[in-house]
Amino acid sequence: MSGSLHAPRAPSERIIAAVLFACGMVSVFTTLGIVVVLVKESAGFFSEVSLGQFLGDTQWTPLFTDQHFGIWPLLAGTLLTTAIAVAVALPLGLLAAIYLAEFAPERARKILKPTLEVLAGIPTVVYGYFALVYITPLLQRFVPGLAGFNALGPGIVMGVMILPVIASLSEDAIYAVPASLREAAYALGAGRLRTVFRVVLPSAFSGIGAAVILGISRAIGETMIVAIAAGQQARLTADPRSPIETMTAYIVQISLGDTPTGTLEYRTIFAVGLALFLLTLGLNAVAFRLRRRVLKGGTL
Amino acid sequence: MSLRTSPVHDLAMRRAELAPERAFQAVGILAIVLPLLLLLWLFGGALVDAWPRLGWDFLTGFPSRKAEIAGILPALAGSAWLMALTSLIAIPLGLGAALYLEEYARPGRLTALIELNIGTLAGVPSILYGLLGLEIFVRVIGMGRSVLAGACTLALLLLPMVIIASREALRTVPHSLREASFALGADRWQTLQRVVLPMCLPGVLTGVILSLARAIGETAPLITIGALTYVAFLPDSVHSAFTALPIQIFNWTSRPQAAFHVNAAAGIVVLIALMLLLNGVAIWLRARLQRRVYW
Repeated sequence: MSGSLHAPRAPSERIIAAVLFACGMVSVFTTLGIVVVLVKESAGFFSEVSLGQFLGDTQWTPLFTDQHFGIWPLLAGTLLTTAIAVAVALPLGLLAAIYLAEFAPERARKILKPTLEVLAGIPTVVYGYFALVYITPLLQRFVPGLAGFNALGPGIVMGVMILPVIASLSEDAIYAVPASLREAAYALGAGRLRTVFRVVLPSAFSGIGAAVILGISRAIGETMIVAIAAGQQARLTADPRSPIETMTAYIVQISLGDTPTGTLEYRTIFAVGLALFLLTLGLNAVAFRLRRRVLKGGTL
Repeated sequence: MSLRTSPVHDLAMRRAELAPERAFQAVGILAIVLPLLLLLWLFGGALVDAWPRLGWDFLTGFPSRKAEIAGILPALAGSAWLMALTSLIAIPLGLGAALYLEEYARPGRLTALIELNIGTLAGVPSILYGLLGLEIFVRVIGMGRSVLAGACTLALLLLPMVIIASREALRTVPHSLREASFALGADRWQTLQRVVLPMCLPGVLTGVILSLARAIGETAPLITIGALTYVAFLPDSVHSAFTALPIQIFNWTSRPQAAFHVNAAAGIVVLIALMLLLNGVAIWLRARLQRRVYW
């Protein structure tokens, strides 16, 4: 903190400072490590499979004799489950956030907010079990043609999982809207609901956007729920009733199998991992910028 | 307008005006309560399914092809090894990084880079840590598919959480105490060692235990680095092959037979109980911390 007053006396002080600095750099090297590992192994993959094939082919069949390496089926599976999760979590999360920030008595807010966080702390393998063993059979009573492995059940469960992310961060954003804006709206004769929807929510838009994007990013990276309950069939479909495979579930599938290291099949998981990394990193960066705008106090 | 109406009429009008607001509040409460009720229902279902299997035999048994006699002892032992090793790695690294950022670092590009990086890492999907661990720990360093490789991977995953918690704990130590220590002639490390660290330790531990509660349920990175799904022995060293409780649950869940799903439910009950235990310890520590008098 304050530096010059107590400059290091002993050489040991300098060693300690160096050791602590090294601890701080471990996290930087972790990120670098992830990037290097993904890029290096992907380079091996892309030396055999062209980028055009990776982005242009519509089939993903690395384990078949007729090999295809088009990322689209995995990407479609990921986007489908994520879309279902967001369809569940966005309305619920936004309603919860508005209630907590604008209407809930302070005491209820203090209890409900951490309680809602519990939903994000459940191990995802447990959510996966719920999706496969309870939710899917329940849905099969109402949704005709719903397969035992499908995108719908895990998508809904994933929505419950990311609900606290969206609710909590949106609530922060709504809570941070200056009281003077609400008072100005009341002074103009607006009721509470009108104030919330016409004044408060538009002002908190950046923060809510960041919350939703972080929720999406969490859903894209989520692994166990989809690995357990969505099936392992990479197919290009928008039908939530059929089995699909996400990028993360594919990595699990190969990790569980006995694919020898160094083969093209083995390297596919790093290429898929790289795509996953870039996707989540991009989303997180957008959310970060949106949130920084909120923290700087800029309202739209 | 309201001037002309009678007070009674006015009240009725107010009530009518408030109706949409009340309805909206009810919907808001439902949006919070419904998902929680759903979770409660799911847990209730798991508990009911698991009840016949829960017992001493289940906790002390080894996995088996017969669901009725399979147990989770190797998984429990593996998780215990993982948690112990992970804390041994993550606490010094996390606390060290926090000490550097809070006490040593001068604001500058490098510090900003480390801080930005911690934020970035916290958003990386956990399965990518598994790919990192598979390549670096398992292959390059040559730890093999050992419990040590698993712990190193989990430690990196927890690092951002531990650093953030430790920094918050360090910030609760009043600056005046540091100044008093400096005034007595202590140098920076003596001050940290004898004044700052003892005071922030409960806070750091709370953060670490909360992140362990998160780590004990982590499955994907361990599968990626190659934790086994069928282990009939207990790990006897850091180089041992291993399984873990969430992996055992995953394995039983992925089998088609309903009898194994019952085992998975029983494993889930044990896993959640362990998580609740860890959270309880953290809450207890935090309460102790808050009771302490600052002077």
